[in-house]
Amino acid sequence: MENDKKYNNIDNNAGGEDILVLGGRKFHSRFILGSGKYSLKLIKAAVENAGAEMITLALRRAQAETENILDYIPEGVTLLPNTSGARDAQEAVRIARLSRECGCGDFVKIEVMRDSKYLLPDNYETIKATEILAKEGFVVMPYMYPDLNVARDLYNAGAASVMPLGSPIGSNKGICTKEFIKILIEEIDLPVIVDAGIGRPSQACEAMEMGAAAVMANTAIATAGDIPVMAEAFKRAIEAGRMAYLSGLGRVIEKGAAASSPLTGFLHE
Amino acid sequence: MLFVNGKEVEYPGECTISQLLNRLGYRAERTAVERNGEIVPRKSLEHVAVVDGDHLEVVSFVGGG
Repeated sequence: MENDKKYNNIDNNAGGEDILVLGGRKFHSRFILGSGKYSLKLIKAAVENAGAEMITLALRRAQAETENILDYIPEGVTLLPNTSGARDAQEAVRIARLSRECGCGDFVKIEVMRDSKYLLPDNYETIKATEILAKEGFVVMPYMYPDLNVARDLYNAGAASVMPLGSPIGSNKGICTKEFIKILIEEIDLPVIVDAGIGRPSQACEAMEMGAAAVMANTAIATAGDIPVMAEAFKRAIEAGRMAYLSGLGRVIEKGAAASSPLTGFLHE
Repeated sequence: MLFVNGKEVEYPGECTISQLLNRLGYRAERTAVERNGEIVPRKSLEHVAVVDGDHLEVVSFVGGG
């Protein structure tokens, strides 16, 4: 087969179904939905319209007498707490452990940032946190700057996936790091989930066409005119991109053209 | 005096962490607690007593990406 890797995520034992496996759990959806920056009351509709089976959360100091987001998330959706706010590996580990104690399961998205202007991940600290948490049985999904060496280190540290950024968090600028994410997809034997910066459905589709295992989006949905409708637009785009990837994209020719219609039988012949 | 999420709270006398959480309006089943820097396992919240001077962090989930 020309490209074995692209079929990595298809579980042939499940009757050829296209399934994403993370931490031993099977997902039919390849859309990880963020829950930040919009009303709790819209979360259920967004999750349902997105067809999302995984949703991210953040951990913060609790406020007394307030509603809890967990009451708004439909049953059966896997919770993916992030470690936002962590400035180094130790803080990320602390947040991850507290998140697990909230009773949310073993999944964690590592986020370590020292830079508050561009919110770029600290890859070095991320590797350290991944190593510690993977040993403690967490399903570790690190947010990272797309660097092949770092991705290899994360693999060796026990990561369940890598989550390279497309562009700075919340920017809606799309996949500015496209060529580097392609390298990760080609070289790393883990699901590559494009996280951060994806601003519109066409960009999510592009990530999936490239062979990303999934897409994570939050701001694109949260800042849309109609949040549940945009969630559905992303769902369809991600599914379309996945289908295109599995089918194998048509080739590109560098120069000239290639007629689609027959080059014989013209009326002037 | 207790310190809960960085704020001073009067020590209420002998009580468990879950009793304190209830009194302060937190939902114990939706939170995780650190006492003096150590995580208190969920199943222990009903047994561990609060001691005057304790620093408690009470955390829960919010929306995030």
